[in-house]
Formats: sequence, C-alpha cells, structure tokens
Amino acid sequence: MMKEELETANRPDNTAFTQQRLPAWQPMLSAGIVIPGFVLIGLAFIGIGVALFIASQNITVLERDYTGVETVSDCYKCSNPSVKNCTCKLDFSLSNLFEGPVFFYYGLSNYFQSQRAYGASKDEYQLSGDLDYFKTPNSACSPYQYDANNNPIVPCGSLANSMFNDTFKLYQMVNGTKKLVPFDGKGIAWWTDYNIKYRNPSVTPLKNAFNGTVKPPFWSKPAYELDTSDPSNNGFVNQDFLVWMRRAALPDFRKLYRRITEGDYASGLPAGNYSLEIAYNYPVLSFGGRKKVVFSNVSWMGGKNQFLGIAYLVVGSLCVVMSMVMLIVYAKFKFPEDDK
Amino acid sequence: MAEKWLWMLMPWRGCWSSRGKRDGQEEERHVRANDRDYNDKFPYADNHIKTSKYNVFTFLPINLFEQFQRVANTYFLVLLILQLIPEISSLSWVTTTVPLVLVLVITAVKDATDDYFRYKSDQQVNNRQSQVLRGNLQNEKWMNVCVGDIVKLENNQFVAADTLLLSSSEPYGLCYIETAELDGETNLKVRQALTVTSDLGADIAKLADFNGEVICEPPNNKLDRFTGTLYWRDNKYPLDNEKMLLRGCVLRNTDWCFGMVIFAGLQTKLMQNCGRTKFKRTSIDKLMNTLVLWIFGFLVCMGVILAIGNTIWEQKVGRSFSVYLLWDEPIRNNNVVFSGFLTFWSYIIILNTMVPISLYLSVEVIRLGHSYFINWDRKMYYIQRDTPAEARTTTLNEELGQVEFIFSDKTGTLTQNIMVFNKCSINGKSYGDVYDEFGHKVEITERTACVDFSFNPLSDRKFRFHDSSLVEAVKIEEPSVQEFFRLLALCHTVMPEEKNEGDLVYQAQSPDEGALVTAARNFGFVFRSRTPETVTLYEMGTAVNYQLLAILDFNNVRKRMSVIVRNPAGHIKLYCKGADTIIFDRLDPSNQDLMNTTSEHLYEFAGEGLRTLALAYKDLDENVLEEWMKRLLYASTVIENREEGLADLYEEIETGLMLLGATAVEDKLQEGVPETIACLTLANIKIWVLTGDKLETAMNIGYSCNMLRDDMSEVFIISGHTSSEVLQQLRSAKEHILGLSRVSSTADVEKTDEFSDDSVFEETIIAEYALIINGHSLAHALEPDLEQVLLETACLCKTVICCRVTPMQKAQVVELVKTNKMAVTLAIGDGANDVSMIKTAHIGVGISGQEGMQAVLASDYSFAQFRYLQRLLLVHGRWSYFRMCNFLFYFFYKNFAFTVVHFWFGFFCGFSAQTVYDQWFITLFNIVYTSLPVLAMGLFDQDVNEANSHRFPSLYRPGQLNLLFNKRQFFLCTLQGMGTSFLLFFIPYGAFCLAVSDDGSHISDQQAFAVTIATSLVIVVSIQIGLDTYYWTAVNHVFVWGSLAVYFAILFAMHSDGLFSIFPSHFPFIGTGRNCLTQKSVWLVIMLTTVACVMPGLAVRFLKTDLYPTLTDKVRCLQQASRKLRPQEQNLRRVRRTSSRRSAYAFSHQQGYGELITSGKNMKVTASTAGPSPPLSPSSPGRVHNSRSLIESTLKRKGETPVACVSAEAYGTSGTSEGNTRTQQTLMD
Repeated sequence: MMKEELETANRPDNTAFTQQRLPAWQPMLSAGIVIPGFVLIGLAFIGIGVALFIASQNITVLERDYTGVETVSDCYKCSNPSVKNCTCKLDFSLSNLFEGPVFFYYGLSNYFQSQRAYGASKDEYQLSGDLDYFKTPNSACSPYQYDANNNPIVPCGSLANSMFNDTFKLYQMVNGTKKLVPFDGKGIAWWTDYNIKYRNPSVTPLKNAFNGTVKPPFWSKPAYELDTSDPSNNGFVNQDFLVWMRRAALPDFRKLYRRITEGDYASGLPAGNYSLEIAYNYPVLSFGGRKKVVFSNVSWMGGKNQFLGIAYLVVGSLCVVMSMVMLIVYAKFKFPEDDK
Repeated sequence: MAEKWLWMLMPWRGCWSSRGKRDGQEEERHVRANDRDYNDKFPYADNHIKTSKYNVFTFLPINLFEQFQRVANTYFLVLLILQLIPEISSLSWVTTTVPLVLVLVITAVKDATDDYFRYKSDQQVNNRQSQVLRGNLQNEKWMNVCVGDIVKLENNQFVAADTLLLSSSEPYGLCYIETAELDGETNLKVRQALTVTSDLGADIAKLADFNGEVICEPPNNKLDRFTGTLYWRDNKYPLDNEKMLLRGCVLRNTDWCFGMVIFAGLQTKLMQNCGRTKFKRTSIDKLMNTLVLWIFGFLVCMGVILAIGNTIWEQKVGRSFSVYLLWDEPIRNNNVVFSGFLTFWSYIIILNTMVPISLYLSVEVIRLGHSYFINWDRKMYYIQRDTPAEARTTTLNEELGQVEFIFSDKTGTLTQNIMVFNKCSINGKSYGDVYDEFGHKVEITERTACVDFSFNPLSDRKFRFHDSSLVEAVKIEEPSVQEFFRLLALCHTVMPEEKNEGDLVYQAQSPDEGALVTAARNFGFVFRSRTPETVTLYEMGTAVNYQLLAILDFNNVRKRMSVIVRNPAGHIKLYCKGADTIIFDRLDPSNQDLMNTTSEHLYEFAGEGLRTLALAYKDLDENVLEEWMKRLLYASTVIENREEGLADLYEEIETGLMLLGATAVEDKLQEGVPETIACLTLANIKIWVLTGDKLETAMNIGYSCNMLRDDMSEVFIISGHTSSEVLQQLRSAKEHILGLSRVSSTADVEKTDEFSDDSVFEETIIAEYALIINGHSLAHALEPDLEQVLLETACLCKTVICCRVTPMQKAQVVELVKTNKMAVTLAIGDGANDVSMIKTAHIGVGISGQEGMQAVLASDYSFAQFRYLQRLLLVHGRWSYFRMCNFLFYFFYKNFAFTVVHFWFGFFCGFSAQTVYDQWFITLFNIVYTSLPVLAMGLFDQDVNEANSHRFPSLYRPGQLNLLFNKRQFFLCTLQGMGTSFLLFFIPYGAFCLAVSDDGSHISDQQAFAVTIATSLVIVVSIQIGLDTYYWTAVNHVFVWGSLAVYFAILFAMHSDGLFSIFPSHFPFIGTGRNCLTQKSVWLVIMLTTVACVMPGLAVRFLKTDLYPTLTDKVRCLQQASRKLRPQEQNLRRVRRTSSRRSAYAFSHQQGYGELITSGKNMKVTASTAGPSPPLSPSSPGRVHNSRSLIESTLKRKGETPVACVSAEAYGTSGTSEGNTRTQQTLMD
C-alpha cells in the first residue's frame, strides 16, 4: 500500500544499457585458444612463407649498373656531366630463355624522391590541365616556377624538372646483326594517373596551350613534344612522365620503363647476346647516385621479393616457438582455479 | 520539494559572478525604509540574480576566450599557426583545424546548454512573486524587490532577500523559519522582531509610514552573524542576526510577517556564501598532465634528433642533390643549420599527434559517460525518497576507484537521526523482545507483527513496537507501568502542536526525547498540550491536568532532568530521568534488588547498541516542597554563582528516588551500514568517523556499526586537555600498537596476498586497534607539532573516531591525511557542518534528501543512503578507474604507434618532415578511425562483473596502489607503441624496396607505401583494442567493425575520382587505394605486419596471466567457470554486535529548554493563554527569569560549552537565544 503511493518520477530507467548489463561476449585468453591459435597462425605463415619464397626464387632478375663509375664500363665516358648527347652501350648475354613477359626497369639509388620539398614542388591544378595555372604556377614550384624572364614554367616544379631522361634501345645480337627488341610503353603508368589525375588542357593543337610558357630548364623538349607520334601519350599524359611523377617512397627505387611483350619476344628473351644502347643524359654522380637497368619477370605475388618470404618464415616460426613456450609454462604454472 | 526549489534559489555553478562583482568599497550600509530615492544613491545590488555567464552576443568571444585559456587548446592553436607558415608547414592546416574546431564546438555547445539552464533557473527565481509594500501591498517579481522595500511574507513562503523582521502574526513579534537551505538544519528557528517595530503589526498605513534607517555591516557571507542599528524616531535599536530573515529561509508556523529588505540579490548572505567550488583534479589527471609534459619533452627530443639529422643530411647529401632539388634561398647561402631549425618545427607539427587533442575530449566524454552511469544506477536509487544517485562533478570518477580514506559524518550519514523507542525495563521486567511459542527469541524484521495500538485514537501510526506484553501490562493498569509512561509523558521539554483534532505533532529538541514521548503517547499516556504551568495528558483516554511546579533542567554535568508536578489528586511528585549511573547513585536504598535487575537489563540493552536512560520518581511532601521552592526562588535571583546555587538545590531534592525502570532507544542506523563498513574495510579502505556528538554517543554508534568491537585489541581514548597530555596519550598508544604488532606482523604479511576474503578478514581482526579522540584533544593534536604523531597513531588503528569535532576540525583532519598520506580521501556527510570537509577531501559525497541541501550542493556525488557508498566505490569507482587506465594505456599506445612511424621515415626522406601518411588520414585517424572503439571500451568495459566486485572487495586494492596506470605502465605502453611503429615501418620497408605489382608496374611509390602502412596501422590498433576489451557489448562490435569499415569507406572515397575532380590539390591520393589494395603482395605485407605487431603482446599477456595472475585474473576465471552454474551468493559475514558497553547519557540533549517552557516564551498562542504573558507565579521558579535574564543565562552557558565552535566569537557578540544554541549544537552533530 505504501509502495504505491511513492513517487518514482526520478527513478532511473531499468534498461540493460543504463544498468550496465548489456549482454556481452567476454572472451578470455585461455590456453585452449591462445596456444592452438599461435600454432595455427605459425603454421599458416610458414606455409605462406614457403610459397612466397618459391615464387620469388622462380623469378628471374637481371640487373646492370650503367652509371659508369668504373673506368671499364662503356658508360664511363658519359659520366662526365660536361659531355652532352652521349650514348653508351651495355652488353649482356642470356644463357637461357628469360621467360616473359619481361619488364624493363630503370633504377636510381640515393635519390630522394621522398624529400618533402621535392615532392611538394609541383602544381596539381596545372597538371590536371587548368590553364589558369599555366600562367601562374603554384608557388610550391619555386624555384622552378618562373624562369629568369619571368615566364611561367610548365610543368613547373622540381619533380617535373628532374624527369628521368635517359632512353634505352635493346638489341639482340643475332648472327652479328643487331635486332631491335620492340618495347611496349603503353600502360606502364597507373590507369588512374593516365585517365584521371593528369589531364592535358583541352586545346588543339596541344602546343597552343603552352603559349607564353617555357619548358622546365632540364628538359630538352617541351611537354607537348614528349611523344609527337602519339597524341595520347603526349603532354602531361605521357607514360614516362606519369611514371616519374609517381614518386618513390624510398631513396632506392626502380621504375618501369617498358614492357617486352611483342613479336618474337612475347614469350621472353631467348638465350643469346644482347646490347642495350643508352642515351646517357641523366647525371647522378654529383650526389653519389647510381643508375641501373633491370630486366625482370613477375609471379602471382609480384616481382622478386626475398624479404617477404623470409619474413613470413621467421614470424611463422616465432609463433610456433612461442606456442611451445606457452604450452610449457601453462603446463607447469597454471593456477589451480583452472582445473575445472 | 525543498530540494527542487533550491535549484532555483542557488544555482550553484554560477556563483562566480558574486565574487567577481563584490564591492570592496562598501564599509557600511545605510538603508532607509520606504525611501527609494535615498537608497538609490548607493550602488546596492537589486534582487535580480544572474548566474548565467553569456548572452547571445557575448557568447562567442567570452566562450572562446575561456576555451583558449586551457593549455591544450592553446597548444593546438599554436600548432595551427605554425602550420600556416609555408616554410615549415609539413602538414596542411586542415589536420589541426578539423579536430580543434570539433573540440571547440562540442565544448561550446556544452557550455551554452549549461548556461541556458542557468539562465532558465535564474529566470524562474527572478520571476517569483512576492508582496511588496508600495503605498499598498502589491505583487512584485522577486527581481524587482529593492533594498529598503517592505515585503510581506506568508506561511511556507521563501524569503526573497535578506530582510529585517519588522512584525509578525505571532505574539512578541516572533516568527519561525526553517533554514534548511542555508545551514542544513530542519528544526525550526525563532526570529523575533524589535518590540517597537512589532507594534506596527499588519497595519499597512503604519508600515508605509515607517521610515526607520538601518545602518549595518556591508554584505558578507557569515550566515550566523549580523550587526546593525535601527534609527527610528530619534532612537537607536541594536540589530542582530535574531531579527534577520535570510534569503533562502522558509517561513513556518507563522501566518504572516513583514520585513524590510536589507541585502538583495547577489549581496544576500546566501549568494555570498556559495563560494566558488574549488576545482578538483584527479590523480590520473595530474599524472596525465605530467605525462603530456614528458611526451612533449620526448617530442622536442625527437624534433631535435631529426633536425640534427636534417642538418647532417643537407650537409652531406642534400647539397649535392641540389641538382634536382634546388635549395631555397636561406639554405642556398650554405646555412644548413637554418634548414635544421625549420625542420625542427616541421617535425613538431607532424609529431604532435603523440598528444592528440582527442585525448582530452575522449577523457571528458568517458567521464561524462561514467557519471551518467552513476546517475542511472537503480541500485543507488532510493525509492523511499525518490532520490537517484547523482554525480555532480563529472571529472572525478576514476578517483572513486582509488579511495583509501573515508571520513564520515555520523548523524544523518551513518545513522538516520531517527530515534526509536525499542525496549524498556519496567519494575524489573524487560519488554521489547519477541519470543516464539518455544520461548526462543525471534529476530525482529520488517515483517514481524506489530502491536496494535488501535485502542488509542491518539496514537502515532508510524510508531512500531513488537512486544504485545507491554500493551497488556498497560491495559491491565499495572501501576508501575502506568507510572513509567506517565513519567515519560511528563518529564520532558517537548512542545506539542495539534493542527487538527488528534493530529499531534511533537516539536522535540532532541529526537531521543521525541521518541520517548511518542512511546508514552502510543501506550496511552498522550501528552497533549502544555502551558507554562500545566501539562495536559490523556491517560488512557481521559484528560488529566498536571500542575507543572518546576523543571529541573538538563545539563551536561547533571546528566538528568526532572520535573515536579502536582496531579489532580493533589499529590506532588518528582519525576526524573537520566544516565543510569547518575540515577542509581540517587536511589533510595530500598531499590537495591530492582536496581540489580534493571542494571542487568541495561547491560543487555547497551550491548545491542541502544541508548539507555534510567527513570525514577519521588513523592514529595507539600511542606518540604514549599520550603524548597522558596529557596529556589531566592537562588534564582542572586547574581553571584546562580548556577551553582541552583545545581545544589536540584541535587538536594533529587535524592532518595524510587527506580521505575529504564528505556532503551535505538539510534537507527541507516540501512546496511555495518555491512557496508565491513565490506569497505575489506577493500582496505580506512573509515574515520568525525562527529559532533559526544564521546559516549559516538562510541555507541561505533559499536553498533561494527567499527568498534569487543574483540578489538585495544580502544585508545584520547581525551587530554593539554598538548602534552595529548602527546603523551598518543605516544603511548602508538608504542602499545607497535610493541604488540611486532609479534604478529610477519604472519600478517604472508596472509595479505592470499586469495580469500576470509583470510583478509581475519587479518584485519588480528591486530585491530581503535582510536577515539575527543574534540578538545583534537584541537591540540592538530597543532603542527603534534599532527604527525596523531597521523601515525591514527593510521595504525583500524578505526578512528573523532567526537565533538567542529566543522573546521573536520576539514583539518581531512587536510592532514590528504597532504601527508598521499592517499585519496573521501568525505561523506549530510549537513552544513560537513561542507568544509566535503570541499576539502578529494571526493566529497553528500547524503541527499535528509537535512537540507548544503552538503549535497558542496559535494561531488550525492545519494540517499550511506550503503550506496559501497557500490559507488567498489563497482562504479573500480570500473571507472579500470576503464580510464585501460583507455589511457591504449590511447598512448595507439598514438605512439601512429606517430613514431614518421621518425623512422625521417631517415629515408632526408629528414625533410615528409609525412608517411595521407594528410587526411592524419586528420581522421584520431577522431574517426580509432576514437569510437576506444570510447566504447572506456565506457562499457568490465573486467569483473558487479556481483564479483562486491564479493571480492580486495579487487579494489590495485586502484589504491595505483597499479593500473602509472609511469611504469606509461613507459610500457609507449614502448609497445614504438615497437609497433618500428614493425609498421620496417616490414613494409623491407617488402617495398623492390616491390612490383603483378602486372609489372611499380608500387613502391610514396602513396602506396602510405596506404599500406595506414591500413596496417588501423588493423593493428583495431585488433589491439579487441584484445584489450574484456566486455564485448554490441556497441563495441559496432564500433570496432564499424571503424574498420569506415576506414575503408573513407579511404576509397578519398581516393575516388569524384573528389579529385572537385579538389585536385586536396586529394592527390586518387587511385592509390584501388591500385594498391588490389595487390596480393600488399595484403601479404599488411597481414605480416599485423601478426608481427600483435603476437608478442599477446604472448606476453598470456604468459603474465599464467605466471603472475592478479586477483582480477583469478576472479575473471572464476566468473567464466561459474557462468553456467549460478554464482552462489557469498554473503559477508554478518557480525552481531557483541558489545557489553554501557551507554551513558548518550543523548543529544541540551540545556535551556526547561526555562524556555516555564517562561512561556515559546508557547504558541492558544485559546487559553492568548494575550500578554501570563502573570508571574512564585511557584514556577523558571519563570522568575524574564526574557532578559534568559539571554544572559544562555550566554553564560555558552562560556561553559567545552568545544570551541568555529564561529563561537560570533555568538559572543550577537545576542544569543535558544535558536543559536541549537544551531551550534546541531552543527556539531
């Protein structure tokens, strides 16, 4: 009787939430889960590691430095920055078929594309074809924003200015004659870069868009002449340019130059002697850099990568070892309440 | 109801403005009644109260100004400014702006809402109606009441401002007020107008002509003090606090009264009194601030290292690399050091996420959540009073999990302050126990059948008694039983009030007395009315008029009181009640046998913790009395040694008494107090009782709530009157403890860690000591040279009780422990006298719904019952602490893992402050991707459920020792975070060096690298929080999985074509997600990184639980195991009190009431006594004193009160009457 009269306006709601009684899953790190879990993960990792390792072993890689530091190298003569339009040669021979498709990379080391100021030195609007930014490039491009005559530089900035400009031609020596190995330069950049991120201004001919601008000082040709043969590979959507503009994370990097997918070489480079003709333009010795070329094929998990396989094996083994340790400790020291 | 009103009266949070605007110049206040023009010359505050801080226009600037006073906000503002400098800006300003704006907006919204409610409550108060005399009486809003106005108050109305009482409906210009809102006392207080003004009566014309001028003190916050003078008609009249009605009081039992406003609005004593609450910080808060400073130091160190790295790099590499990266102007001048300097700032910007702004926000949110859980807890809701628990401060929750000392008030906190007539012994027969048919004693519970008092129409329905044999004895008119209850009905100083026929209310000055008179009433001896010379009883239904000849009043020395009455038959009798030892000394020798039996009963009663009194009577001869009365009359008129003379006379007549029996009154403990105390003791919390009560009463309660036990090794009582005496007593107690405990200490240590609360319980029993210290000794012991000894001794004891403590001493004791023990203290109390200690302690808890609101308003937490403290500490506090610690551990871990990656990357990007991640990721990581799971953990996690938290109080221990989050833990979590960041960077580094996608194109670019690390990071921290969460509610699932989903959703959205086409420069990561996360090798890297980051921590945790399980681990294990079987409730051993203590006159009685009654001063006007004061009669010696001598004698008694009260000097100067005495006495309870 009394109870009914009581005012209960302030009574808190009796819900699971307000009373902190929400149904909950309360997992425990019990031995029954942790130890088998470790074993399972360990074994799985060892398995993946082995697979990766084998896959990596099956990949063929041919890597040649052509910086020309050693005097014996043919490119030694070009390593002097004062030498212009130098061409050198790099010979190599394959004893077996280099299975295809073969990818041809150039590599640079001790090269800081990841430097902040370097990476920031570009104009995204300009590169997406906004003509306003042709006239007034982003100040981040400085000192490659305007040239000495105050003409805007297009494409502006250090990143574009330092575009890699060595060119390569690969010949197979067949019976003393040089047979050109055809390179495929299409689609070496990311699809998104080529189709969305970088756009040429919608002006035809493209050259007109560049009126009143100058080319980056290191460039030998303006942007609209990067590939005059193929308008869809010219200007800002030039594949080589795109590859260069996607800057590397680490100071040693390689970038895709060409694919070898055509003609006699579709299934790979046959055994034999090859000669790589290099138009040596890009100076790296001044900062202790190295240039190299790399031929490689890929497997299901990408290019050759010993690290990943070994790391998997190591982590997997550690898991197994830890599970053993835990098992021993558990067997010896488990506290009595666990008996039930 | 009063509580709700109070919210409007005194919006506690906004009191800052009263201090800010305080007018320091005012030295004297001149107020002239009914003279607006004159009063307006002075800058007196009007009665408009404004506690809100902002208005619509000032909100933004003021609020922003306040917010940027917080260090964290300013820090982020500085970062933001740094980011705007292009040379060093390594991150877009967006990354700091978004979180900062978010934090500012959330805080601003909260402040605005708070302020709006303050405004609303201000409005409500300001718009309340009162009657103001403006020519004639008119209704006026409170805010329009001005100084000098004459206002009319009616019964049960709140007083609108501090007013001078002019006249009232009661005789002598008396009026009654309840000051619950001011000082927490519920008993009525009397205020009396000056005779000259009370003659104005209710005559509007006269009142309107009243032009007296009051010159008084400037506004101050002393509630019990007022000095001023009224100048009227060329006369001066002194004014004191007894003539003031303060804002916040309620008029009671008085039809109307008129008053003149002296202080209004913010200058009223109430508003002046609501001082700014000291901002309390938790120890975790302080630790967090230290850690943030450390992190900041660490940040600077990393910045310096990287800056040096940058200098070296620029010198060695960058200079040559300038072929491709032409240096900026300053560096071109070969100044690599300057480049390093710039880099330092750039890195400070990048690495600032080690102390993310969301840390502070999340901590606030979690605390707020915990506070809501306290507010919502039905197990802390008291249905009888409809009071839920309330967390009034939202910033202290985790400290509740670390309490080591509890300081508790007694009355109203441990006890209900309700006295219940429980047992009695009449003529050698004990009543009160219930026996079953086999003659066994039955435990009395709620359900035990009550005695039916329906035969008595005047009985009090609420009275409960279980032993029907006593009623039978009354009904068969057993003379000794009748005499027993007649005594109870006659010998007291209670005032009856009969609102309706038969609806009797007793105004008792002490609840004990009320209980006794109520008992007599129910057993058929109804005390119905009294005049100064008569007492009317209804004895078994018939009215009997007794002539009251004398009241031999109570005092602390006499420890008894007597009345001398003449019954209708003309017999004169003296009835006496008092402390048993005192009464027994004055008994007639013929009572020896009865005395022995009664004595036995008294032992029995005392053993049950009841307060006992012995009752006796004496038949007096008419001639003897007449002669005695003459001497009494003479004695009461002498000036010198009047008190002693009276005491001797009393002593003389109170001899040769005939014993009637004894009463036993239960000072009702609040529900579950002994159990709560036992449980909290098991949790290793020391409970000190600080009470204003007498030593006897305090000990009595100590025994009844099991803090004192007979099996304690020793109970030390410190009651020295000088410093050296106190020191001596403390020293010897300490030596005694140390000397004895050395023997058993080794055994104790081993037992401490054992996994059983029984062993802990026994351990506490083995070496239990108690220290009881009296107020006057405490005053000495708290002196600087003694306090250390006091502290050391007290901390060796299990129980410490301080009695006769003044409010200030309570605060001093708390302060002593707080500063010297480095322990978290909690003070709990219910009355105004506890406010100081509540404010001093780390955590103040107020018992709400008891006496007023003062304690609650000052408190950080409030609830209705002491027993809820157990739940507040052991469940809410422990969880809060556990959650907060886990939260911080994880939070620092996550941010180190997130941020330090930049450090590693520094070595590969020429220390150029290049960020590893997308700037959007940096912006969103803390506020979107990882905030909700950790919030869910901080809000909902439970390591051990609530039942087990109660069952194993030792689980509370880690909080007290601060084990869950301390500097060591911080190092561990930063180490773990750095380890994770190391793996997060170097595994992808190893894999990416030569990474090529499966179509041969290269993926080792900056953006793919960023996405890989970011994705690994989000997965790793999500798994980590999964492992850290013990209690996966649906919310946790949603948040954890949701965060991952949101991460990928936002990732792909940010990398989508659409966004890029709108803002090309803000979303440069277009396509990275697609190109990168479709690669098997990238996922292999992410998986490897995840496992490598998580496994070691998991293994360490598993091994730790296996090798060194904590109690929590064990309890969790038990909990898991008993999930299927119902956990058997293991009740705490309920210890029956086994005390054999004798209670003395442990009543909260004061002297002075006898006089008051016989003088007729406090008599309500009844039909029979209406009109001027009754003629003096020589037969009533008390009335020899006129009102003046009453004040004098009260004043004199003040001098003998042994304990100095804080405001004692205030009483000395102002005129004192019974109201003040009472205030002081109750304050000390």
